[in-house]
Amino acid sequence: MAIWAAQLSVDRWRLSKGLKRGEGVDAAPLALISETAHGPRLEAVNDAGRQAGLHSAMMLADARTLCPDLNVEPADPAGDLEALEKLTLWAQRWGPWSALDPSDGVIVDVTGTAHLFGGEDRLLNDVEQRFSARDIAVRTAIAPTAGAAWALAHYGANAAILSPAHDMAAQMASLPVAALRLDADVLTVLRRLGLKRLGDLTAVEQGRTRDRANIAPNGRDALQRRFRRKFTNGMKGRKSPAFNPLVRMDQLLGRVPEPLLPIVPHHMPLVQRRLAEPLRHRDLLDQVLHDLTHDMVRMLEGRGEGARRLDLGLWRVDGEVIIRSLEMAEANRDPAHIIRLFTGKLEDIDAGFGIESVRLRASWSEPLILEQNDIETASSKESEALGTSLAACIDRISVKLGQGSVTQPVPQASHLPERAHRWEPYGVQSMVTQTTYQEVLKPYKRPLKILDYQEKIHSLDESDGLLKRFQWRGRVHDVMRAEGPERIAPEWWRMRSTARLRDYYRIEDAEGRRYWIYREGELGDGRGGSPDWFIHGVFG
Amino acid sequence: MEQMNRSVSSTTASIAAQLRPSAGVNSGGMTSAFASKAYQSSRWRPGLSQADQHPCHNEVFANSEEGAGAALALALARDAVKVDSKGALADADDQRCILWVQTADAIKRGGRPYIHGLPPELSRRLIHVAAENAQDALFALEEGVRCRDFAFVIGEVRGNPRALDFTASRRLTLTAQSHGSRLYLIRLDARPDLSSARMRWNAASAPSQRSRWNADAPGVPSWKAELFRARSHPPGNWILHDHKGNISISRPKIPIPEAANAPDISSIILSTGPYQNTAAHYGDMGRATVGRSLAAL
Repeated sequence: MAIWAAQLSVDRWRLSKGLKRGEGVDAAPLALISETAHGPRLEAVNDAGRQAGLHSAMMLADARTLCPDLNVEPADPAGDLEALEKLTLWAQRWGPWSALDPSDGVIVDVTGTAHLFGGEDRLLNDVEQRFSARDIAVRTAIAPTAGAAWALAHYGANAAILSPAHDMAAQMASLPVAALRLDADVLTVLRRLGLKRLGDLTAVEQGRTRDRANIAPNGRDALQRRFRRKFTNGMKGRKSPAFNPLVRMDQLLGRVPEPLLPIVPHHMPLVQRRLAEPLRHRDLLDQVLHDLTHDMVRMLEGRGEGARRLDLGLWRVDGEVIIRSLEMAEANRDPAHIIRLFTGKLEDIDAGFGIESVRLRASWSEPLILEQNDIETASSKESEALGTSLAACIDRISVKLGQGSVTQPVPQASHLPERAHRWEPYGVQSMVTQTTYQEVLKPYKRPLKILDYQEKIHSLDESDGLLKRFQWRGRVHDVMRAEGPERIAPEWWRMRSTARLRDYYRIEDAEGRRYWIYREGELGDGRGGSPDWFIHGVFG
Repeated sequence: MEQMNRSVSSTTASIAAQLRPSAGVNSGGMTSAFASKAYQSSRWRPGLSQADQHPCHNEVFANSEEGAGAALALALARDAVKVDSKGALADADDQRCILWVQTADAIKRGGRPYIHGLPPELSRRLIHVAAENAQDALFALEEGVRCRDFAFVIGEVRGNPRALDFTASRRLTLTAQSHGSRLYLIRLDARPDLSSARMRWNAASAPSQRSRWNADAPGVPSWKAELFRARSHPPGNWILHDHKGNISISRPKIPIPEAANAPDISSIILSTGPYQNTAAHYGDMGRATVGRSLAAL
C-alpha cells in the first residue's frame, strides 16, 4: 500500500498555526519557499495558491507576477522528513513494516493484513479516515508491488486497488511515464522520444509500434542501449534504477524484486527531571545527576543493556542548552562510575539564571548481561582496594585528558618505519579482535623509541658514505660502531616522484648511545643535492 | 635534596659494611660473616624483587637523548614480572596490558615507544597515553596504578615540573603500595629531587658487548645502572646487559669493602663511609641524617 501525503509541508504549516483547511491565512494564496542559488523558489503551495495558477518549483519572482498578493513562509524540509518518519512509524498500524518514501510518501506492506480491517476497501477507508482526522490530505492505493502502488497513488484514481488477478500492464497503460519514479532528465528524454504513457513504453518493449512501417522486433534492446551508461554518464547516482525506465518498469510489474528499507523504531533510554525551582548550585545539580543516573541504570538494567555513550542535557531558564557527552570504553551500568565521570565534566557549567530541566539520554547502548554482584566487592570501599577494571581506568583517563589521548599502536603493512604503525584510539573491543589474520611484517632490529619528526643531524666527518662524527642537539657524537645500510625505498605509489630513498644505519657512539640514523638519498640520484642525514629513533 | 637522599642510602650501606671488621665492636668472626652475608644478600641483583616486598615505585633518571632510561625501566619491569610469574599463585601467562604515559615534552625530546622495537610479547599489549603536562600525566599514572589490569605502568616526565613534588610522589607510592602494582617513572633530564620512590636509579648507555656475528655492529645493549637510593638495598653500580629479555650483570664496579679501621657504633653514623674513596662522585654521601625529616626516607 502506498500513501501519498501530497500536501505534507503545507498541511504541517497549517497545523502548526492551528488552522482548519481553507480558513484564516490559509484562505489566501500562500507558498513555502526555500532560498536557492537563483533566488527564492516555491517548495509547496496551498489550495488557494494552486487555484491562482502557482505550482511548486516555481521561482518566487515568477509567482509574484501571477499572484501579487502571495504570502510566503520559509519551508522546513528537515521538519517534514521528521514528521514523515513519525507518520511512517504510525502507519505500522496497518501492516507489519513500513518504509519511508521521501519526501512525502509512505509505503506499507499490507500483505495478509487486509482481512483484519475487513478487506482492502475498508482498509483504505480506514487510512483515509485516520489521516483526515489528523487533517492531512492523502491519496492511497493498494497494488501487488510497491512500484505499482506508488504509481497508482500518485497518478491513478484515488483509493485504487489493483489485485494480482488483473493484467497489471494493461490496467496501468494509461498512466504517464512519470509514474515510474524516474529522474527528471530521464523523463525529458522519454518525452522527446514520444514515450508519454506506460503503454507506449510496453509497446516499444514488445516491438509493437503505432505505425506499422518501422517495426522494431527487439525494442527492449534498443531502449536498453539508449539508457545505458552513455546517456547517464556524469549524472549523480547513474546506476540507480531511477535512471533506467526498463528497470523501473520491471519493478512495477514485479519481474525484478525491489527491496525496501523498512523503518525500525529504536528507543533510546531517556530519563529527565523537570525541576520546580531552577538550579543554581553545583551540589543540587550533583543530587539531580545522582538521581538521574540511578534512574538510567534501572532502565538499562531492565533492557539488559549497558551504555556506551551518554548525553546529559541541561536546559537553562533563558533557553540555552548545555550538553555534555560521555563515551565509555565498554558497555557500563555502574552508577558510581558514571557519576564520577560526569562530575569531572560539570566543572565549567555556567548555570546563568538557573537550570530548569535536566535530561540524560543513552544514545549508544550495547547488550550487557545481568550479573550478580560479587559479595566480596559489594561495598565500594573494598572494590576500590581491589583496583579498577581496565575499561573504567581508560574511561577516567580519557574523560580527564580528552578523547584522543589514550591510544594503542597497531601495526600496518608498510616498510616505511613511520608508516609501519599507527596510533588508534583505544577500545576494548578492538583489543579483543586484534588477533591478526595475516602475518605481520617483522622488520629487522627497530629502535625502542621513534621520534615523531625525524631530526636533521649535522655531519662533521663522513667517509665511504658513512658518518664518522656528527652533531645532534648541540652535542658531538663519534660513531664507533655501525651496522648498515638498510635501504628503504620510498613508496612510489603514494609519494612524490622526487622522494629519495633512505639508507638506515644502526650506530653506537663513544659513550654507548645507540641511534637509528639515515641518509636521505644518494649522490647523483638526480633528486636533489648532496644527501642530508637524519636521526629517526633511539635504541635502548 | 640529592645529597640528602644519597646520604641516607649511603649510611645504611656503610653500616652494613662497617659492621664487618672483626677488630671492631666485640664479637669477632661471627658478626663479620653474618654482616657480609647480609650485605651480599641485600645487594640488588636481577630477579630479586619478591612479590611481598617488591618495590612498587621506581624512578629512573636518564638523559632524554638516549634510550637508556626507557630501556632500563622496561628491563626492570620485565624482570619483576618474570619473578612474579614464577610464584605459585601468579598466572604463568600474564597477558595484562601495560600503560605507558608520556608528557608532551617527553614525547618531543625522547620520542614515542615504537611497536616494532618493543619486546615482542609487549608490543600488542601497550596502551599509550599522551598527556599535555605533568599534572595530567600524574593523574593518568595514578589511575593506571590503581587499575588491576596492568602488568606495570611506565611514566615519562621531563625535567622537574612543579606538579611532581614530594606530595605527588608520595601519593603515587602509597597508591601503588596499596594496590600492589608496579610503577616505573622515567625522569628525563631531571635533577634527583625529593621523592618517595622506593628505588631510584641513574641510567646511562654503556658501550655494548660485542656482537656475535658482526664485529662492527652494535651488540647486546648495555647500560650503566646506578642504584643511588633504595630502601631495602645498598646503593651500587652495575653494568647491565639485556640478553633477549634477561638482565645479566658484568663487573660490578663497587666491590664489598675490605676490612677498614674499626669505628665505634656512635661514630658510624657520622663518619664518612668507605664509598667515598671508591667512587669519586660519592663525595657528598657521607653526611648524616641526624635531625632530618624522616619524610626523606
